[in-house]
Amino acid sequence: MLAWTIYLSFAGALAEALLPKGKAALARWLALTVAVAGLALAVAGFAAGMGHGRVTIVDAAWVPSMGIHFLLAADGISLVLVLLTGLAAVAGVLFSWNVEMRTNEFFAFYLALIGGVYGVFLSFDLFLLFVFYEIAIVPKYFLIAIWGSTRREYGAMKLALYSFVGSAMVLIGLLAAYATSGSHSTGLIALGHAGLPVSFQMWVFPLVFTGFAILAGMWPFHTWAPTGHVAAPTAASMLLAGVVMKLGAYGCLRVAISLFPRGLDPWGFSFAGIGSWRDVFAVLAVVGIVYGALVALAQTDFKFVIGYSSVSHMGFVLLGLVTLNQIGVTGAVLQMFSHGVIAGLLFAIVGRIVYDRTHTRQLAELEAMHLSKRLPFAAWAFVIAGMASMGLPGFSGFVAELQVLVGAWMARPWWAMAAGVGIVVGVAYTWRALQKAFFSDALPSAHVLEYEHGHGFAPITWPEVAGVSLLVTASLVVGLYPKILLDAIEPAVKALLAGGGQ
Amino acid sequence: MNYFDLFRMTLPETVLELAALIVLVVDLGFLRKAALQVRVATAALLGVCGCGVALFALLVQMPGGLSAPGGDLLLTADGSSAVAQTGILALTVLTLLLLIDTTFTRHVGEYVAVVLMSATGGLLIAAAQDLLVIFVGLELLSLGLYILTAFAKSSGKSAEAALKYYLFGGMSAAFLLFGFSYLYGISGSTNLHRILLAAYGWNAYHTATLLYVALVMIAAGLGFKVAAVPFHLWAPDTYEGAPIPSAAFIASVSKLASFALLIAIGTAALHAFDDHSNVARVSIGILSGSEPVYFGFARSWSLILTVLAAASMVLGNLAALAQTSVRRLLAYSAIAHGGYILLGLAYFSYSSRSAEAVLYYTLSYGLTTIGAFGVVGVVERATGSDRLDAFLGLHKRSPLLAAVLLVLFLSLAGIPPLVGFWAKFNLFAAVLGVSTGAVPLALVALAVAMSAVSLYYYLQVLKRAYVMPAVNEAPITVHPVTLGVLLVIAAMVLVLGCLPALLQGWIAGFYPVV
Repeated sequence: MLAWTIYLSFAGALAEALLPKGKAALARWLALTVAVAGLALAVAGFAAGMGHGRVTIVDAAWVPSMGIHFLLAADGISLVLVLLTGLAAVAGVLFSWNVEMRTNEFFAFYLALIGGVYGVFLSFDLFLLFVFYEIAIVPKYFLIAIWGSTRREYGAMKLALYSFVGSAMVLIGLLAAYATSGSHSTGLIALGHAGLPVSFQMWVFPLVFTGFAILAGMWPFHTWAPTGHVAAPTAASMLLAGVVMKLGAYGCLRVAISLFPRGLDPWGFSFAGIGSWRDVFAVLAVVGIVYGALVALAQTDFKFVIGYSSVSHMGFVLLGLVTLNQIGVTGAVLQMFSHGVIAGLLFAIVGRIVYDRTHTRQLAELEAMHLSKRLPFAAWAFVIAGMASMGLPGFSGFVAELQVLVGAWMARPWWAMAAGVGIVVGVAYTWRALQKAFFSDALPSAHVLEYEHGHGFAPITWPEVAGVSLLVTASLVVGLYPKILLDAIEPAVKALLAGGGQ
Repeated sequence: MNYFDLFRMTLPETVLELAALIVLVVDLGFLRKAALQVRVATAALLGVCGCGVALFALLVQMPGGLSAPGGDLLLTADGSSAVAQTGILALTVLTLLLLIDTTFTRHVGEYVAVVLMSATGGLLIAAAQDLLVIFVGLELLSLGLYILTAFAKSSGKSAEAALKYYLFGGMSAAFLLFGFSYLYGISGSTNLHRILLAAYGWNAYHTATLLYVALVMIAAGLGFKVAAVPFHLWAPDTYEGAPIPSAAFIASVSKLASFALLIAIGTAALHAFDDHSNVARVSIGILSGSEPVYFGFARSWSLILTVLAAASMVLGNLAALAQTSVRRLLAYSAIAHGGYILLGLAYFSYSSRSAEAVLYYTLSYGLTTIGAFGVVGVVERATGSDRLDAFLGLHKRSPLLAAVLLVLFLSLAGIPPLVGFWAKFNLFAAVLGVSTGAVPLALVALAVAMSAVSLYYYLQVLKRAYVMPAVNEAPITVHPVTLGVLLVIAAMVLVLGCLPALLQGWIAGFYPVV
């Protein structure tokens, strides 16, 4: 059943591409239908797949001579991320309701991207996973380059090349693993059982992990993220931050860590306290957390604040992954979900609800607009999203980051302490952005008030309300009752860490 | 050998030559007064029919190939040559179909006839097992290509391109012949198999230097044909100046024939001892003996090809970054793709695995590049230029053409699920299948990294077509046949990419089951 999320999205993309031009309304409704159907399938698949371990969905020989299978399966981790993709896809369509230029092409690229993302999360054949992973690159480029804003061609090309370089590293690792294992199969399970030599895993693990982590925004390869996010149209930045960065993190977990676990072993010597690839990547993750947060604190462009906050939050995911303990990795997966929802919400508010009415993203200019009075919906939505982003209890971010920190503490206490600094700075930049953009102290003069009265903003539309409600609800539900996802994630993580990805 | 066998073996070649003559007779004899459109359509159609009959004739070829009186093989009918010959005919058909709305010449009969004769040369090369046949085939192909390049008589660029091509080609033919003469001197035979057997033998051991000189000369001659760095200098100018169908023909059919020859050399080198087990024992005794200086044939050949491959991949991709003419961009990209293929030939496997992968790559590349040149040709006719800026706003001017361009260029960049990606994966997996040492792995890593670079320049064209605002929004009209051919090519690139086992299985079907 879950396989239909993929087929449906690609069919939708094809249908959109073939739609006659000028039928914008039809294109929108078609995209929404496809996205909602995808979400419905994801929810149904989630409910049906709970507690069943890994379930094979489709298994067909694809290239028999090379042992490549079209193998789709889902375990708890996949289910959660497919659910996230469904949510983000629907929200993204709702927030692109105002795309008027080349609407059908926009949704064609959009749905193709969604299809690729679903595919990655459901693939259990390394080769197939890679194919879907690359399919997701091209639509991103066009979405940003055609419909984007600030320096869109630069941002789009940078994003495409970073992604492609990352995937080239993964491809080298894939080819090497395929040749070395001699198992004549590219199935994740078969490769995991191939018993790859430790010396091989030692060099291929960092290669593949870095290749995927580029897309997860790992410092110092994160620079595509802020420029790409800022340049992208709202729906694309929601997807970029919401699900595409998760592709990278998911690849790190599903491919790098589960196929080459011995690559994380100690080197046998240590340099400045770093004695394994695990330490290296943990340090990079922690640097990403703190650096992203500090840079976000210094931004003058509202969207850049969110862009850098993504780098910081994705640092938690990577840190959680390299803790290699049950609670840390579980937290990382939960953080993927949580950040996907919250970052989508933040980008929607900044890039769509606010920007489309004020036509500026400069905090200094927004300060003079008294948005809390003129756009109360946006202000309160941002307050909620900001609280979720800071990791206040009651929202999904709290549970996720807490687990990551506990896991990090169990692994190396100083990782947790350093990451804690990131959380504190996170509160600061969110607060600063909130205060500057919405709740500025500056009292408007009578003249300004009169002007503002005469030039009211366009009213909030139903797709905006629907999108915000959807994402806020998702974050609240998971925050208040995390068991709903944890029950799916925990057994899958346990199996994955036990080896073989069973 | 008797003449009937010879006739039966060369039936496809004979059919093509006959078709060439028929085209000439019909065009010059009956259609002198007809409109150009009619003449082009008739000539192209006759050419296509000729290729179709030749494809059929391939089926009734001698099963074991054709041997000279001494028992040495002259023309082979093994798996690689059969695949290459079928591919050559199929790609020639596509080239001829793209000719349909041509206006660069009034001498269409001659043009089609020369195309068919060049294809004949290609068929000969693909099956040749004897130095003399190889050389005759290469010259037949090359002479045809020089003429095809120069065919746009009113264009100065075309003449310049042809002259450059001819000068480089003549020189490389001289190198090749020089190398062949050394080989004959070492082995006393013109048969590929005998030469390679001798190259491992006692005699060659004493004349190793001579052998190396011969190998370098031959590599220079064949490197020219496949546009490998540093013998690539003709490629950008020729691709830029030649009429579009000629450029497409050079980039696809000529490449396929030359790579088939390299496959034949590689196969012969690895299978030299197959029927000579007693000789093998003696020769291997020498190889593993006390003289580490002597590398024999295979390793030095592999070394030369590796150097050519690495240089082509790096230089082709980096030079393509700086191009503003799409034809030159395609030329440098062809050099880069040639580099990947040479890597597959440098690490050649005893089984047919490498040969299959190389043929898969060459076929799919030929298919894609013909389509790419077809799109460039249409755009060039509409805008009068092949600069990057000529592609501005193509998605508005002709959405279908832009979609074809998108599919073909992404395939060239190696994005799944298009056929170019599979070709690369298959080829690199074959290289690593031969040896998992650090050197092939490093070379594959270089190739993958370079193909990441290539995405940039392919996107430069696609960016013009899809992203940047149009200067001129007038729709481009495409001849229905051209559009049909381009759509079929794009569809094949997509379908073969989604179901790679189709082409792979088809190729594998030509090889005996081990």
